[in-house]
Amino acid sequence: MSVLLAEQLLNGLQFGVMLFLLAAGLTLVFGIMGVINLAHGSLYMIGAFGAALVANATGSWWLALLAGLAAAALVGMAMEFVVLRRLYARDHLDQVLATFGLILFFNQGIILLFGRQPLFVDLPSWFSGAVEIVPGVPYPSYRLLIIAVGLLVAAGLYVLIQHTRIGMLVRAGATHREMVRALGVDIRLLYTLVFGLGALLAGLAGLMAGPVYNVQVGMGEQILILTFVVVVIGGIGSVRGALFGALLVGLTDTMLRGFVPGFLRGMLPPDQADALGASLSSMGVYLLMALVLLIRPRGLFPAHG
Amino acid sequence: MNRRAFLTLGTAAAAGLSMPAIAQGAPLRIGMITTLSGPGGYLGQDIRDAFQLAIEMDQGRLGGQAVQVVVEDDGLRPGQGKAIAERYLRNERIRLFTGVVFSNVLGAVAPDVLDADGIYVSPNAGPSNFAGRECHRNYYVVSWQNDSLHESAGQLANTLGYRRMSILAPNYQAGRDALTGFKRLYRGEVVQEIYTRLDQTDYAAELAQIRSARPDAVFQFHPGGLGIAFLRQYAQAGLLQTIPQCVAAPSLDSTTLAAVGDAAEGVNCTSHWNTDFDNAPSRRFVEAFRARYNRVPTYYAQQGYDTALAIGAALRQTRGSIDPAAFRTAMLRADFESTRGRFRFGPNQHPVQDWFHIRAERVGGNLALVTKGRVLENHGDAYAGQCRI
Repeated sequence: MSVLLAEQLLNGLQFGVMLFLLAAGLTLVFGIMGVINLAHGSLYMIGAFGAALVANATGSWWLALLAGLAAAALVGMAMEFVVLRRLYARDHLDQVLATFGLILFFNQGIILLFGRQPLFVDLPSWFSGAVEIVPGVPYPSYRLLIIAVGLLVAAGLYVLIQHTRIGMLVRAGATHREMVRALGVDIRLLYTLVFGLGALLAGLAGLMAGPVYNVQVGMGEQILILTFVVVVIGGIGSVRGALFGALLVGLTDTMLRGFVPGFLRGMLPPDQADALGASLSSMGVYLLMALVLLIRPRGLFPAHG
Repeated sequence: MNRRAFLTLGTAAAAGLSMPAIAQGAPLRIGMITTLSGPGGYLGQDIRDAFQLAIEMDQGRLGGQAVQVVVEDDGLRPGQGKAIAERYLRNERIRLFTGVVFSNVLGAVAPDVLDADGIYVSPNAGPSNFAGRECHRNYYVVSWQNDSLHESAGQLANTLGYRRMSILAPNYQAGRDALTGFKRLYRGEVVQEIYTRLDQTDYAAELAQIRSARPDAVFQFHPGGLGIAFLRQYAQAGLLQTIPQCVAAPSLDSTTLAAVGDAAEGVNCTSHWNTDFDNAPSRRFVEAFRARYNRVPTYYAQQGYDTALAIGAALRQTRGSIDPAAFRTAMLRADFESTRGRFRFGPNQHPVQDWFHIRAERVGGNLALVTKGRVLENHGDAYAGQCRI
């Protein structure tokens, strides 16, 4: 039982870290720029496609890494420059409509360019094996890599935001946007950089997801909803909130899927228990969100004072 | 949106010019409504290509009757399938239909066709509702009844001596049917019955549960892209070496095999047909399909081909007529050389056939599906008894 618990904890951690990479960008963009970007999932998809195509063409994992990051960051900055820049002053409904349009645009674009068939990427050879976390329980080393990269990114973001000049501007922008502008900071450049950073993180999540999940059209929307849940739970605009929110959501989802059906099996006939368990665990994350909002309506770590 | 592909057969025209006209008048038109787009698009593509291959191999004819296939994509949307069927019936005056891949689309298409006194011959979907009480005189299935796919996997699990099994499927109609079908013939103990979500991409939590339950084997039904992701993660978790999989044909066809790669090695599967079948019609089909389309035919292609042969055999006896009564008498004789060997129609006009054990193995360096033996003989389906026609 404890072995299973350890394994499920790792699974939850890995899922949480993946959500964090997406949520960090989303929360920064919303917290600092005040823009709801539904097309954040498209950047995740673009990162995954960029990496998958280059990995399959060249066989080089490093080139694929570069390509995925570059594709997501460039598309992200172009998106900010062409579309979002016109939306800062508009209300959220306009932003939602425009970025929803972007989702359709990117999905159809990918279909036109690469077709509807999912792409497949092999694991990088030195991470294709499994590590025995406890004797007799192998755990895929690639998933451990995802956890490590995610935690490193979290640490890097902490340093960047708490201990650098850019980070100071980002924090200032999140709390007093007008004041930062009044002090003569080029807020437009800051916005583009923040958006690029968010896109970069989404691309990183996408390219790491490639070898485990399918790289296909619409992959971003599957995970986007949970990402919004994370941002809301964590507190909008807070990267720390995104980290804790993501880990909380990742662990809750995995633990419920892993243990609720087994728990119910002790009380109900098996087929009912399994069906009920499946439904309960898919609701769990949303119940968690409702609970958090009931106690802390602004999320766990609200950024705005 | 309604991309229309009138696929007039060049060979039909060429043959018509060069040979003395045997067939009378205009070619018989066959309406093919199938799924050509989306992740399941390759299924319809294989059915269409193989159906047309059979016509090309017969010089633009089926059973001596010149035919023309009119193809349209339903996009896996029942409403779109229904709209195409209505238009074909009313505007194009087509009375013979085939092609539908997915059961939910068939549920919308078949009633319209049958109500208009048309004939439907299924190359793939065989949902339980049309196999039992609602069976119909003008509705034929050449592929299989849906449940029998998974029943054969249950029987294979018995044969392979798996006593304790974990079974998984997405929590929707076809997924629940698959688990029911599996359990119908499986005699061992089901230690876990896990329902996944249709929008799920990560199966780590389920894989950990399987590992901790230590079953003898796993049966899973995850169609299309889901199955590929599941199988890859299963292999990445190192489970394939310790807990073998025993699945039905939809979870492992030659396209998913190519996509999954080495991860699929050693997976046990059941099917009614495989590329390595050693009978003359099958060899002829595989060779012709490879030469024409430059890829390995999936079992969907085989079903499309057999459907064309079955229709051809009926048309030969009716001399090209599709009067429902005459067509039915001819069709039920199933007087064609099926690529799967033995084939006949049961009382509900669904197949009675053999099921085989297939295994993903390395053949000369490449992974291929290899037939290992027979699992079920003359197997019909569980619903035939309820059908009164």
